[in-house]
Amino acid sequence: MSARIFISRDSGALCVGADALATKFRKAFEQRSLDVEIVRTGSRGMYWLEPLVEVATGQGRVGYGPVQAADIDALLDAGMLEGKMHGLCIGEVDEYPWLKSQTRLTFKNCGIVDPRSFEDYRAHGGYQGLAKALAVGPEVTIEEVVASGLRGRGGAGFPTGIKWRTVAQTPPQQKYIVCNADEGDSGTFADRMIMEGDPFVLIEGMTIAGIAVGATYGYIYIRSEYPDAIEAMEIAVGEARKGGMLGRKIAGSQYDFDMEVRAGAGAYVCGEETSLLESLEGKRGEVRAKPPLPAHIGLFGQPTVINNVLSLATVPIIMSEGGAFYRDFGMGKSRGTMPIQLAGNIKHGGLYETAFGITLGELVDAIGGGTRSGRPVRAVQVGGPLGAYFPRELFDTPFDYEAFAARDGLIGHGGIVVFDDTVDMAKQARFAMEFCAIESCGKCTPCRIGSTRGVELVDKILAGEDRVENLIVLEDLCNTMKFGSLCALGGFTPYPVMSALIHFPGDFGAKRKRLEAAE
Amino acid sequence: MPRYEPWNADRASEIIARHRHLEGATLPILHALQETFGCVPEAAVPLVAEALNLSRAEIHGTVTFYHDFRKQPPGRRVLKLCRAESCQAAGGDALAVRAEEKLGIQMGETTLDNRVTLEPVYCLGLCHSSPAAMLDKHVFGMLDEAKLDALVKEAQA
Repeated sequence: MSARIFISRDSGALCVGADALATKFRKAFEQRSLDVEIVRTGSRGMYWLEPLVEVATGQGRVGYGPVQAADIDALLDAGMLEGKMHGLCIGEVDEYPWLKSQTRLTFKNCGIVDPRSFEDYRAHGGYQGLAKALAVGPEVTIEEVVASGLRGRGGAGFPTGIKWRTVAQTPPQQKYIVCNADEGDSGTFADRMIMEGDPFVLIEGMTIAGIAVGATYGYIYIRSEYPDAIEAMEIAVGEARKGGMLGRKIAGSQYDFDMEVRAGAGAYVCGEETSLLESLEGKRGEVRAKPPLPAHIGLFGQPTVINNVLSLATVPIIMSEGGAFYRDFGMGKSRGTMPIQLAGNIKHGGLYETAFGITLGELVDAIGGGTRSGRPVRAVQVGGPLGAYFPRELFDTPFDYEAFAARDGLIGHGGIVVFDDTVDMAKQARFAMEFCAIESCGKCTPCRIGSTRGVELVDKILAGEDRVENLIVLEDLCNTMKFGSLCALGGFTPYPVMSALIHFPGDFGAKRKRLEAAE
Repeated sequence: MPRYEPWNADRASEIIARHRHLEGATLPILHALQETFGCVPEAAVPLVAEALNLSRAEIHGTVTFYHDFRKQPPGRRVLKLCRAESCQAAGGDALAVRAEEKLGIQMGETTLDNRVTLEPVYCLGLCHSSPAAMLDKHVFGMLDEAKLDALVKEAQA
């Protein structure tokens, strides 16, 4: 039997040279006349170790990383193909503490399976969730998802099962499943990892949703900044169709379900569900007022389930293991696990899936290993560009929807961006307003005009112009945006701004102080 | 080697015809046009409008809403530097300035020899390996000055 090694084709591995490395390995095997199969997988999510090379051994997969082309000869000489020791060896990958301490449910197969192989997915337990859904029928499927306590992983945290039930209760007609893969938040990459590393789990989740609510067609709306994810999903959709799991009478059942991939066009606001629907319809991505809910009047005016990638990708395991199994993880009203993404100036950047309840401090210091620059952590932004900046004093906050909300923050899509002590928080507040101004869809005034006025105000405050008065105006503006905007873009931009102001007031007064000193 | 075809109304109509059967065909059509011509030429707007039975204003509105759609073809290579928070935290701002200086252009501009277009992008989803960049459709992470310089050089080659 030939040896097998695994190298990720996740763009997080490609961005540090995984493709070139795979080519070099192939050449080295040829030169040494070794019969070795190179399997391209997704990523395990330990990105500081990428390119990570794994070798199949009798004791599981042994990992080496980060591997550079120059290391290949030494690795092969050291007996890498038998899983022997070398300076880059991390031992058995599943036993590696960073991975072992996680609870991988949504990401169970990511980094392990070949994302282009329908057969490999099936061999790793794929489509058991769908089989269960077909066996128990739509009503029980929905109740299972309700019972799991799964909440929308895109950021809003709305119970997924309730959304499904609402769509299921509409009269029979054309209904749609839309997957929101417009993962625009800085600091997040979990959707991308699923699509590139385990795309069939998403297809399976969407198919289950379709059967449950009576929808026969689905769209995956992927941002154009993710060309690798688009390609991976398109290949997987084609393979699933070939395998009889998409199209007419899927898996020999009475149900029809098919789907297609659509690319976004660089608008952040299209991650907002109604804006995404407008975009899919071919229009400007302007937010719709709610009600009506998309569950009643969604895509092309039809009842529509719109869920985030992670929500849908979690459905198969909920079905195969049961809602109660999933619900038993987590705390309070945040049930199950959250794929948390560690990013920014961080030593161990990557994907850490764990039950809700872990504290922010554990995530940043113990798991993330602090900053990559080696300087002290000053602030972390949780939940993307619309999330609050938290200082060290709030590091005891448990990762939980309600706990973050209670401290004027949000967990959003689960991204944590770490900043060291060189960060200028006033600059970050200004950027939040600037970003909102660039990305505002323009439909509502608080967001469209407020964001531009916000940038001007921060500039005035930093220039020391009527500082005290302008700080009051800034707070007032933030309240107007928060309570007056149609969607989360304008409504949540005040979070980073106000949190920067409240927790780091010195950064907003520094120039003024310098002026006073000079006077 | 020219990357894009010159404007040709027949070719455009052919592309439009290939996608018009899709539900909500506007974005797929605009993407396909840009793939071929490097941009969405003004002259394409009435063709798309006619094929989809929409007004020119509606198509114009859609084209101009999205950051992706260009009015002019870009340079031979497109270098996108991530400017979002995660990359800011990891030193991306300084790298952006460095790229501008090396290329002698500002973000959003194309070099005079038409070799490189430099653009900001708000997140490539490589935040675990910030700062990140994309040259055409290839991604790069863990950038430092040396890696950025090499990337700029590759773009200029």
